[in-house]
Amino acid sequence: METALLGTPTRAKSIERIVFWLFRLATYFVLLCAAAIFADIFYKGGKTVFQSAFPFVNVAFLTESPQTLHVFEHAGQKYELSDSAFRIFKEEQGVSIVSETYAYSGGGIWPCIVGTVLLVVGAMLIALTLGVLSAIFLSEYSRPGKTLNAVRLSILNLAGVPSIVFGIFGMGMFVLAFGWNVSLIAGWFTLAFMVLPIVISASEESMRAIPQGLRDASLALGATKWTSIRTNVLPYAMPGILTSSIIGVARVAGETAPIMFTAAYALRDQLPWQGLERWYDFFFQGVMALPYHIYVVSAKIPQNEYTSRMQYGTAFVFLFIVAGITLISILLRIRMRKKYRW
Amino acid sequence: MSLVADRVEPSTKMDVPESESQADERNRSLIKISNFDFFYGDKQALFDINMDIAEREVTAFIGPSGCGKSTLLRCINRMNDLIDIARIGRGNVQVNGVDVYDERVDATELRKRVGMVFQKSNPFPKSIYENVVYGLRIQGINRKSVLDDTVERCLKGAALWEEVSDRLDTSGLSLSGGQQQRLCIARALAVEPDILLMDEPCSALDPVATAKVEELINNLKNRYTIVIVTHNMQQAARVSDKTAFFYLGNLIEMNATVQIFMSPEKEQTEAYISGRFG
Repeated sequence: METALLGTPTRAKSIERIVFWLFRLATYFVLLCAAAIFADIFYKGGKTVFQSAFPFVNVAFLTESPQTLHVFEHAGQKYELSDSAFRIFKEEQGVSIVSETYAYSGGGIWPCIVGTVLLVVGAMLIALTLGVLSAIFLSEYSRPGKTLNAVRLSILNLAGVPSIVFGIFGMGMFVLAFGWNVSLIAGWFTLAFMVLPIVISASEESMRAIPQGLRDASLALGATKWTSIRTNVLPYAMPGILTSSIIGVARVAGETAPIMFTAAYALRDQLPWQGLERWYDFFFQGVMALPYHIYVVSAKIPQNEYTSRMQYGTAFVFLFIVAGITLISILLRIRMRKKYRW
Repeated sequence: MSLVADRVEPSTKMDVPESESQADERNRSLIKISNFDFFYGDKQALFDINMDIAEREVTAFIGPSGCGKSTLLRCINRMNDLIDIARIGRGNVQVNGVDVYDERVDATELRKRVGMVFQKSNPFPKSIYENVVYGLRIQGINRKSVLDDTVERCLKGAALWEEVSDRLDTSGLSLSGGQQQRLCIARALAVEPDILLMDEPCSALDPVATAKVEELINNLKNRYTIVIVTHNMQQAARVSDKTAFFYLGNLIEMNATVQIFMSPEKEQTEAYISGRFG
């Protein structure tokens, strides 16, 4: 008896230790991969976005449109100038210069930043409105049964559909059938439909997690069903709904496939608010977008050291923006959680 | 006198006390249940219930689990409407002479007059103040003076004012279990009901908190008609004027509480009260 208590580690104990290390190593491996990806983008992208001289941030990269880069030698010095700067330089010098040109490698990505923010905000507004309304119906009004199960199942299946399928659907439906052409609004709806399954299932879950007692209590005080939902289900479910929208934002912002046929231009000179004849033309114009821009500069044009700078710079800014939008949603959620606690 | 002919529009009827003297009873009957059958799907939960519940008295429903006492309680304010498969077979439940299942009756109006306190205390995750005034706010009453008065009146009515008057803006969930249950009672009082239904209000409370709620029930019966479902027979004996014993969906016996506990008429009642089953 004594020896058993004090004795050497048992078999069960060594299995315990092995399993524990398995979990620990798996976690470390995942962290390592994530860290490697981030470090690569931060290191290489940082070189494009930041600079050693004041103001330390490459302002042109963040505020200009993509341009062709001219690389040439003049008077014994090597120049790398974007197209607009190159023209001015030529005029000042009054000479003709032969330069090597690299498409998309000069200027900046401002129109892509604007386009991505517009796409994300619009798509999330549509997805949250449609998603929350359907979730209210599914969780509060519909009767349980085969039909409801079928609806739930198809929504879940929709979440597994590849994004390119949504892109093709959006093109067929919004761009061609509705005649919206390649436009912001077509992109909004395509992206919104893609995240709807996430938003609906998560919203429904968070509404069903609200204790039935709260609904009963408000009904017993003479509330109608809608009043009860409005005052005692939705406010408390909101943090959960926002959590789902955080996942949604990351997906909407990151997808290339759904917008490449519906909303994205490879290059557009005007910003979305420029050159509008009527106010609603705003919705019917294509935009540039960060993920599509990364795709274009990394897959559609000849590769060289100059395009590589562009790719990493864009990816860096892109990560930064997604992190920013996510951060805002998280802060909002924390504020709401503080307000309602049970 | 025919029940149907006696019926008046629900909105006006419920406020007006019946003027004619009903036999020679001390208190007139406020809730009248006649030949009431009730089903969950195909399963019959209540069989031919007949009872009169008198005004300003405490009526206790007792009986073993699943005997239908809570079901009957929830029929009085139509909380059973929320269950899809629930339906009425036969008979009716009248409150103040109005059949509550009449299609002209608005369930939300009914529930304002027939308040309910639940087994599990369920304050909203809002401040104590907002919990009490919820019933008024959803009616669109937002005047500060009215709300302030209501909060003080109802919290005093629920014997909670002394304990919470200095922290009305803290969450209702920060209160102890017994305080939470009294807050739920205060919340129900705020909409000025005539009837208060209590579904095992003390089952989750310790003896001290239970004693407070029971004392409260004693005070409230001067102004409200109270129906209380309880598992605790001593509690029924302590707080109620009338007691109804249910078994397997049947009303076995209903009588003055003293009568039920001292000399029940039915064998089954006697067996349950003396603890031989249930």
